[in-house]
Amino acid sequence: MKVSRELYSDMQNQVAPKSKSYKNIPLAFVIGGLICVIGQLLISMFMSFDFEQKEASAWASIILVGASALFTGLGLYEKIAKHAGAGTLVPITGFANSISSSALEFKSEGFILGVGAKIFTIAGPVILYGTTASIIFGLIYYFIR
Amino acid sequence: MSNGIKRLQTPVSILSYASVVGKKEGEGPMNSYFDKIFDDSYLGEDTWEKAESKLQQTAVLTALEKADLLPENIDLIFAGDLINQCTSSTFGLRPLEIPFLGIYGACSTMAEGLITGSIAMSAGVGEKIVATTSSHFSTAERQFRFPLSYGGQRTPTSQWTCTASGAIVLTKDVQFPQVTGFCIGKITDLGVTDANNMGAAMAPAAADTLVRWFNETGNKPEQYDAIVTGDLGIIGSELFCDLVMKQGYDVTSVHKDCGVMIFDPETQDTHAGGSGCGCSASILCGYFLPKLRTGELCRILFLATGALMSPTLTQQGESIPSISHLVELIGTVNKT
Repeated sequence: MKVSRELYSDMQNQVAPKSKSYKNIPLAFVIGGLICVIGQLLISMFMSFDFEQKEASAWASIILVGASALFTGLGLYEKIAKHAGAGTLVPITGFANSISSSALEFKSEGFILGVGAKIFTIAGPVILYGTTASIIFGLIYYFIR
Repeated sequence: MSNGIKRLQTPVSILSYASVVGKKEGEGPMNSYFDKIFDDSYLGEDTWEKAESKLQQTAVLTALEKADLLPENIDLIFAGDLINQCTSSTFGLRPLEIPFLGIYGACSTMAEGLITGSIAMSAGVGEKIVATTSSHFSTAERQFRFPLSYGGQRTPTSQWTCTASGAIVLTKDVQFPQVTGFCIGKITDLGVTDANNMGAAMAPAAADTLVRWFNETGNKPEQYDAIVTGDLGIIGSELFCDLVMKQGYDVTSVHKDCGVMIFDPETQDTHAGGSGCGCSASILCGYFLPKLRTGELCRILFLATGALMSPTLTQQGESIPSISHLVELIGTVNKT
């Protein structure tokens, strides 16, 4: 092959279409924002029923996670996510989708080695590094408070 | 034979062929050319892997049926697919009890099967030899990417793995179309690391094989009615034509790509096009071989292209090695 890796890399950059950021970013903002607004409405609703702020937040999260899992099961989440991108990935609903989609996918290999072993395939890194980060920041907070 | 290139003294005849596809492929622009379209992506099975096995089995049985043959009439079958340990082939062909040789060339498997089948036929291994391959969107997604219902965005360069299979029966008797020569590909790697840009990874392999064929045989692009690549997609096709042009051959007017042909990217949201072993296999068996038989096409080159990637090696930062095997096919009518 007479074409070098460097030249080929340039050739690729010329033909590869770019992601449509002008569309993707506003859509992510609007749909992600909408999910947050729904969360806020749920918190306000629970607080109007005399729940404490913390309890109301927990219930809002539970409902969003439940709805996300339901949408995943019905095959609707991926359809929304296709347009929303980070808008459905970043909120708690994205986390729920990553777990429920793995659970559905690996059901065919049984409940132990399929669902059990692979349910956190995508969410695993978030859980591991999220927990680690919270421990580190917790310690920092404890000592410098 | 020199450097993997061979012109067959006695061409190897193709007796029959079949293409079977899934729903999405059946809704695409090629839909009238396929033998069978399955609307149920599970094909009545309970897992995706079993569905793909059944898909490949159906392709083989359909090709046999079209030639009034039974599995026991077949001397040897070459089969492969994308799934670990080539299980779609082994589980799908298990009940047929045909002497089996498994092959792996990723999406280049149809060409690899045709080449190994032709070699076996020329060596007198059998009188009826089958080459087949398959791919399924869902088995490929779960092995190489994410769970199906995971909400992710596909990049503009990504390709859609076809749910499709093709099977070809080679015979000792004289029939058309015929395999008249082949060029075995080299593992080629120009440093593409993006597993969502397979077309770009595979284009150099196809270009290398084609240029080697032209240089060795002295043939020219205009001697062919079509130069058909496997699944380079829209981006890979452009790169392929550029690469071949840089080496002195202009194939733009005769080049076709099965990955570009099988879907309509505007209405089917398939981004850069189709991919998978079944993509080139089903288009070859559904579209090109029948046109060679009727005489609408006289002579074509078929270059199936495969990305020899593994998710493990990609995660280890390796680039994607690719391969492309070329098969020269002639039809009933000789080109003057």
